This record gives sequence, C-alpha cells and structure tokens, in this order.
Amino acid sequence: MTELLSIKGLNKSYGGVKATDDLNLSILKGELHAIIGPNGGGKTTLISQLCGNVMPDSGSVHFSGRDITTMSEHKRPHLGMSRTYQITSLIRTMSVLDNLQLAIQAQAGHSFRFWSDVRRHQIERERASSYARQVGLEGQIQSRVDNLAHGEQRRLEVAMALTSNSCLLLLDEPLAGLGGQEAAEMIKLLDSLKGHKTMLLIEHDMDAVFSLADRVSVLVYGHIIATGPPEDIRQNAEVQQAYLGEA
Amino acid sequence: MIVMNPTKNTTKRVAKVVILVAVLIVPLMLSTFGFTFYLDLATRLSILAIAAVGLNLILGYGGMVSFGHAAYLGIGAYAVGIPAHHWLYGGLNMVASTNGFLQIGLAILASALFAFLTGLVCLKVKGVYFIMITMAFAQMLYYLLVSISEYGGDDGLVIDTRSEFPLISLDDPLQMFLVSVLSLFIIMWGVRRIAKSQFGMVLEGIKGNEARMISLGYNTFRYKLVAYVISGVICGFAGALLGNFTTFISPEMIDWARSGELMFMVILGGVATTMGPLLGAITFIVVEEVLSSLTIYWHLPFGLMLIGIVLFVRGGLSSLLERGQKTDD
Repeated sequence: MTELLSIKGLNKSYGGVKATDDLNLSILKGELHAIIGPNGGGKTTLISQLCGNVMPDSGSVHFSGRDITTMSEHKRPHLGMSRTYQITSLIRTMSVLDNLQLAIQAQAGHSFRFWSDVRRHQIERERASSYARQVGLEGQIQSRVDNLAHGEQRRLEVAMALTSNSCLLLLDEPLAGLGGQEAAEMIKLLDSLKGHKTMLLIEHDMDAVFSLADRVSVLVYGHIIATGPPEDIRQNAEVQQAYLGEA
Repeated sequence: MIVMNPTKNTTKRVAKVVILVAVLIVPLMLSTFGFTFYLDLATRLSILAIAAVGLNLILGYGGMVSFGHAAYLGIGAYAVGIPAHHWLYGGLNMVASTNGFLQIGLAILASALFAFLTGLVCLKVKGVYFIMITMAFAQMLYYLLVSISEYGGDDGLVIDTRSEFPLISLDDPLQMFLVSVLSLFIIMWGVRRIAKSQFGMVLEGIKGNEARMISLGYNTFRYKLVAYVISGVICGFAGALLGNFTTFISPEMIDWARSGELMFMVILGGVATTMGPLLGAITFIVVEEVLSSLTIYWHLPFGLMLIGIVLFVRGGLSSLLERGQKTDD
C-alpha cells in the first residue's frame, strides 16, 4: 500500500512542554490507523497540526506526496482531508441540512453567489440529505443542530467530513461522550467506511480501537513509542506499562 | 428551520406589508394635510433605516459588531458635498460637479475603498477588539475631516446645490422622500436576497462557528471582507442621501455616538431580520421626536426605554411579529 500521509520529525512546544516530540508517522492509503495514548499525550495537538490549526515548530507533513507543513487551514480540505472534533463543532443555530450543505459547498469552489435562494437548490439539498441518510439522520434534516441528541450530533460531525469526498478523515474521538447504543452505531458507521476512506482515528475506547483499527500507534508525551497491528500493540510490554496499565 | 403555521404565517406577512405600506403612505397623507414636517421626519427615518439595513448585513447576519458605521454616512455625504463645493467655488476639477450619478458613484467607490482598507485590518480581530478598532477608524476619519479647513473643519459645510438627476428634483421634499423610501425598500429586498443566498448561508455559518467553517475549507476572511464592503457601500449610499436631505455636512455625522445610534436601531429592531432595522429606525426616530417635544431632558427616559426593550424583548421588536409563531426549537 502507498503512503498517504507522512509525518517526519514533527515538534511542537508550548512553553517548556513538548506536546509533540520528534514525531514520525506514516498513514497508508486505505487503512484505519488508530492513535491511542494517555491523556495529555499530544493527540489533539497532533490532529491540529495535521489540519493546519496549529503550526509545528519543526518537522514536515506530506499529504499525497505534497508538502503541506505550513499550508493554511482552509486550503487543506480542498486537497482531500477533513476532520471531526473531539468536542462537537457544528453550526448549532442552523439545520442539519444547512450544515451538510455548507460542508458540500466548501468543496464546490467559491460561494460568492449572492442572489438565488440557496435553500431552494433542489440538487444540492438532495445531495445533502443523502449524507444525512448515510448516518441515519434522515428524520432530522430540518432540525436545528441545537435540538439533536449528542449521539446524533456526533454522527452529523462525521457526515460533514464525508461530504468532502476526502480520502483522509481525521477523527478526533468520535465516540467521546456516547452511550452504549450510540457508541455501537458510531462504530458500525466507522466500520462501514473502512476500505473507502483512509482514517486516522484518535480514540480512548480500547474495544473500539482494537476492533476497528488496521494499525495502532501509541503516543506518549508527544512521541510515538510503538506502531503495529492491534494484537502486537496489545502485547507490547512498553505500551502496557505506559498506557494500558500493568495488566 | 421554522415550521410554518399557515394562518399565523399569513398574519405575520400581513403585518409586515402593513408596516411597509404605512412607512410609504402615512407621511404622504400627513403632508397633504399640511404637516410637511412629518414628511421630513419620514425622509430622515428612511435614510437612517437604509444605513441600519446595511449595518445589519454584517452585525446581524455576519455577527461582526461594527461601532464605526457612521463613517460611511459621512463619506457618502462628503461625496455629495465636496463635488458641489468645488463646482461652486472652483478647484479640484476632476470631481467638481453637481451630477447626482457622479456623486453617488463617488460615494459608493469611496465607501467601498474605505471598507476594504479598514476591513483588511479590522477583520483580523474579533469581538471587543473588532468593535474598538472599527470605532477607531471612524474617529480617525472624524479628526481628518475636522482638520480640513477647506471643507469647513469642525463647522462643516453647507451644500448649496443638491445632486442633480434627470426628471427628479431632490429640492422637492416629496421627491426626496420618495427617492429615500423606495431606495430603502429596494435595499431591504436586496439584503434579504443576499441573506438567503449561498453567500448569506456562508456568512451565517461564519457567525455560528467560524473555526468550523475554516476547517470545512472556507477562506472566511474573504467572505467577511466582501460582506463588510457591501455593508459599507449601502451606508455610503445612505450618506449620499443624507447629505442631500440635510444640505449640510459636518464631521459630527461620523461621531461615534452616531455609529452607536445605528447599532441601536439594528439591535432594537432585531438583528438578522429583514424588518428589524426598519422597525428599529421607526422606533428610534419616533420616540426621540415625541420625547424631545415633551422635555429637554428626553435623553434619560429615552435611554431607559431602549435598555428596557433590549432587556425584555429578546430578539428585538421584529420578534414581536413572530410571537405565537410555532418553531421547532
């Protein structure tokens, strides 16, 4: 398999704290690559640097062979990478359909169209609702995001990442705060995307990680201490000590 | 999205149409009965409502609270006054003219340029900083105009000749009113279209969650800048009308208190609504007029009333039109 995302020697410090410490990682095309690690291990900081929200101090990030280390955040989705947030980040005052339509439009060139009523564009509305269907929100398309249950918001978050036709999804704890049934639905959704998308999954739920991931990397104090298939990681002594607890 | 209840929705529409028709008809009726003063009041109201509609585009729909929008009223008015001044007293041949199209064109260009240049700076910051920096730019313009003695400095300048158009004479109060009120209606309609357009949706998204819009791939700065320029141009146009209406221009038009009044009209009427700025302007002008005729200390009750409305009528006056409206939230 070819390499889709390549991270080399990435460093990021906040004051004296090294959030990312000489981090090397490569994500292969088509895999679901999970990153686990203790809290404060630098997982979200890593995602932020990959999507351009935070600039690294040094090192490089290549996406599809292209150097995107310093590319501005709003340009990266156009190359084919999109993200979801650990803390749900949606446009809460707008409807499910509006959120999806905005996500679709973002990819469709500019939005400097000032005159026709955007909510009457049948083709775009239909496209937006097809993504709502994909994540099981077809009954809620007119609801304001505010009024959705937490699990529904999480799924909308994923649906918005899907609209982009991105080949790479950066998923920052999609299971965060989900209850049993909701979590199961999300895992099913992620499983259904396997093979179609390359996914970088940050997750605390170990059962989910070990059942979904093709490969797992362990991030401790900003540094990757191990990468490998789930079963190897489960047995790795160093990982057990650092993260999984003395089992 | 609002789930429309057909009968209530019709009531709401009727109420809006009644207000719009009243704004047009009531002053005309009063003036035919000899109360020409009210025609002037309605003209001023219409012009300020245009500016409020312009401000609403960024303040309401875009969530950018500009505290310096009176600057555009001033720019528009000076774009009428300066050419008229040079036409009469010579100098600056390039712009010396009383041609209305040239003057309004100049008002629009100058407003767009000022909005573009200041927007490049202002829109880099958010929240309170945005409020302060928009105000600072307006005050800079204020002091610049105070310092130009050619145009009267502090005292301002009388516009001897109003903008001249074929077939229309702005010297006639009735025509001045009709031009203002029809401009208002057209601009209200235009901003409504923009708000519902794809651009408007992006603007709404930016107001709701800018970080998310960036991560979706929107260059939000560019969208905000375009909205800011459109808003400035609308206020600049209102300024050109205001100059023609008052036939007097002075730096005082740009004072931060004027900007505050515009903001107040928008918030009073209801942000991000079509009718809001108009309702805000009507209330502001009418109450100001009534109270100041009763007492010279009218500022106090006026201020208290404004605070009361903002505190107790959530969503502004236009939300009263929506009362009883069933929404799904």
